[in-house]
Amino acid sequence: MSNTHSVEIKNLTLSFGAVDVLKKLDLTIGQGEFLVLLGSSGCGKSTLLNCIAGLLDVTAGQVWINGKNVTWAEPSERGIGMVFQSYALYPQMTVEGNMSFGLKNAKVPKPEIKKRVAHAADVLQIEPLLNRKPSALSGGQRQRVAIGRALVRDVDVFLFDEPLSNLDAKLRADLRIELKQLHARLKNTMIYVTHDQIEAMTLADRIAVMKDGLIQQLGSPDEVYNKPENLYVADFIGSPSMNLLEGVIEDQFFKAGDLSVPLAGYDFSRQANGAAWFGIRPEHVSLGSEAESTDVKLNVKVEVVEALGSDTLALTEVNGTRFWLRTSGQSKISAGDAVTIGFNAAEASLFDKKDEKRL
Amino acid sequence: MVDATHFDGAHGPKPTRAFSRRNIFLYGTLIVVAFYYLIPLYVMVVTSLKGMPEIRMGNIFAPPVEITFEPWVKAWSEACTGLNCDGLSRGFWNSVRITVPSVLVSILIASVNGYALANWRFKGADVFFTILIFGAFIPYQVMLYPMVILLREMGIYGTLTGLVVVHTIFGMPILTLLFRNYFTSLPEELFKAARVDGAGFWGIYFQIMLPMSLPIFVVAMILQVTGIWNDFLFGVVYTKPDIYPMTVQLNNIVNSVQGVKEYNVNMAATILTGLVPLTIYFVSGRLFVRGIAAGAVKG
Amino acid sequence: MATGATKPFGLFRNMSAKIAAIPMIFAAMVVFFGGTIWTVVYSFTDSKLLPRTNWVGFEQYERLWGTNRWLISIENLMIYGVCSLFFSLVIGFLLAALLDQKIRFENTFRTIFLYPFALSFIVTGLIWQWLLNPEFGIQSIIRDLGWTSFAFDPLYNQDIVIYGVLVAGLWQGTGLIMVLMLAGLRGIDQDIWKASRVDGIPSWKTYLFIVIPMMRPVFITTLVIIASGIVKVFDLVVAQTSGGPGIASEVPAKFVYDTMFLRQNLGQGFAASTMMLLAVLIVIIPWAYLEFGGKKRG
Repeated sequence: MSNTHSVEIKNLTLSFGAVDVLKKLDLTIGQGEFLVLLGSSGCGKSTLLNCIAGLLDVTAGQVWINGKNVTWAEPSERGIGMVFQSYALYPQMTVEGNMSFGLKNAKVPKPEIKKRVAHAADVLQIEPLLNRKPSALSGGQRQRVAIGRALVRDVDVFLFDEPLSNLDAKLRADLRIELKQLHARLKNTMIYVTHDQIEAMTLADRIAVMKDGLIQQLGSPDEVYNKPENLYVADFIGSPSMNLLEGVIEDQFFKAGDLSVPLAGYDFSRQANGAAWFGIRPEHVSLGSEAESTDVKLNVKVEVVEALGSDTLALTEVNGTRFWLRTSGQSKISAGDAVTIGFNAAEASLFDKKDEKRL
Repeated sequence: MVDATHFDGAHGPKPTRAFSRRNIFLYGTLIVVAFYYLIPLYVMVVTSLKGMPEIRMGNIFAPPVEITFEPWVKAWSEACTGLNCDGLSRGFWNSVRITVPSVLVSILIASVNGYALANWRFKGADVFFTILIFGAFIPYQVMLYPMVILLREMGIYGTLTGLVVVHTIFGMPILTLLFRNYFTSLPEELFKAARVDGAGFWGIYFQIMLPMSLPIFVVAMILQVTGIWNDFLFGVVYTKPDIYPMTVQLNNIVNSVQGVKEYNVNMAATILTGLVPLTIYFVSGRLFVRGIAAGAVKG
Repeated sequence: MATGATKPFGLFRNMSAKIAAIPMIFAAMVVFFGGTIWTVVYSFTDSKLLPRTNWVGFEQYERLWGTNRWLISIENLMIYGVCSLFFSLVIGFLLAALLDQKIRFENTFRTIFLYPFALSFIVTGLIWQWLLNPEFGIQSIIRDLGWTSFAFDPLYNQDIVIYGVLVAGLWQGTGLIMVLMLAGLRGIDQDIWKASRVDGIPSWKTYLFIVIPMMRPVFITTLVIIASGIVKVFDLVVAQTSGGPGIASEVPAKFVYDTMFLRQNLGQGFAASTMMLLAVLIVIIPWAYLEFGGKKRG
């Protein structure tokens, strides 16, 4: 069974003094899978990655890589390569020196080192840079070299610790695509830590959303986005985030103030009545004539309009709560307009008020 | 603590005209103060170039009528300490033989230790480090005698080796702090990357950290060379007269009660003793400032 | 150890780092901690030429505080300490503020103010011994100028000898304080100056009410540096006055040295050094608490 699992985390706990940074975490990552650990700062995602790499000593639990228990093995003996946010290139060595440092330490014969460096340089198109020092490289080039350094190690698992965070927006988008192509080509297991939702959504086979040392939801980007497991994930994913209304569920209706939404179309995972949150994403809110056929219709006043070009965001208010809607970039609404909006229960998410879990 | 290296960008209001009242006051004050600092040096040099008759007649500020290098020669090779009369040269070479190994050993040990504290933290390390830093503030007098016993037990009391050990131990708090802070300021990811690349404790120290740390080693060298060269207390307590460092010998020459006071020789000897740290000061500039700002804690 | 499945035995983990730290552990535990405790313990014995465990309670301390020489040492330390603290801070800050006025030749001035700090206390003491020599030094110069009754011979006058030491100490040490203060001034946000100029506040007011309060950490650190230096004053006195005239310029550090190594009265020396330790702890502990105790909460 374990040979299809590339990385397995079993019951992993890490404490700094009295503070548990990771709490009895279990996670199984398949061969060739691209897993993204997503969360805001301090959620434990980087800590988890460092534990997998062996750069932090775990307090309890086990780490298995390729069917071997490596919980206490040295980082270099685990069969991993790692790419860091600050690139972490050795400033006094050339690009070639950086890429071959690990192989030299592993006493790989010289011709073999040359071959592997040449291959990695070819894959990443950095051959012209091999004799330069890191200080003479641009940010994008540095990160390519950092990836190259992981590549030459010829390992099965790549660990990425926010590798694109230090790059500017355009470069980040370019390298994101390249990473995706690289994964498609190499088919290695990749574990990728980020706080950037777009990176997570575009790169991941599966996303693990983390908070307070626990995995909140583990699923495909589609599942995480459309069927968030709990209130935290619903609120965390998406920008602007999901509109959340507080109310009660009574006899197949969600009621909040004057609002009453029929829930016949909603796919309940468990039956519930009582206090609940009703969540709907801004793009699932229809405007004007499109709102004719929805489960519920509302008349609201537009307070702020943000025209982004590709689409337009409008801020309104429902039951005293901020309520965003997203519409076409060509739409001609402006602040102060009175508009009709509507949405369907089928596209909504309902959460129990008590445990904040999905209903 | 205080980083005394950044002197760029003065903050005060910008000066206006060259001879405004404000500027006259400003530069006037600075120049007067500068004289206060410079005059002792001037008097020293002038005195050391005069003959004794001229000193007895004239005032100490007057430039020499007849320049003589006799006092310098005498200070270097003939001045008497009460025990022998072969001048400061003996003390100079003693100080060299004390300073060179002390500087090398103390920096080697403290840099490796600072690196271990910064990157390879182990249980209890912080406790030892805290005690060590507290040690920097304990008056040396408190530890003088226990150290005598320790050196005697090791059979190196009164020897050069013993003094090297003393300088290494008492230099450790400030040097370890210096290196620990420096290594902590280097990006941690670099260290992590090297571990993933399979480099061990010494591999990372020699191949990654050392090449990146030349400035801090220079700072530590300056700090230690001046500190050890200028030391008096340890020299007088832990060595015997034939290996007394230059400062101790200088004091013995100048403050010896026998014979006629030869002020010109005394001043020449004083300048000679101050020459090594002064040279380092004028050559190293900002790095010196950084070193003493760090070393000031040592008191 | 190579299997990675089992946790290695605690002591051997991170072995190289522990080996590298052995000198530190030795220095911290044996010399600093052990040595201090040893001295404090033996201050309760009547050790003379060699340490011995003949307990006499507080006798050494009683005798110490009945010794004129020690009382003079303490008095001198107080005078020297208070004056040195005050003048170092004031002169150091004023010089730093002057240098911070975008002046030309800043580096030259800084180099001049700081060079005495590169010199040892022995050298400093001997220079000022010469300058204050009543026959040839400042006193004689001024008398030669016509003011024949002028008297400034601190090194030969019991009442003011400690001020003679103070002048030398300040000459040697104020440069350092200036450098620390200057670094503190440069560490202050440029915008503060812009804001105060926009508000039309005069410079001296900005310094007094805005800049100095902002430099509190620098002042505290500097204070600790000066204070711990004061307690250790030894070489300067040895070179400049040898404690004289008579015993008028004795200081505790010299008292300890003389008592232990020249008069072979170890017990008395231990008691005196324990008192020095106590004085330092009174300064250091509140500071360490402020400086490091606060950070743990953050």
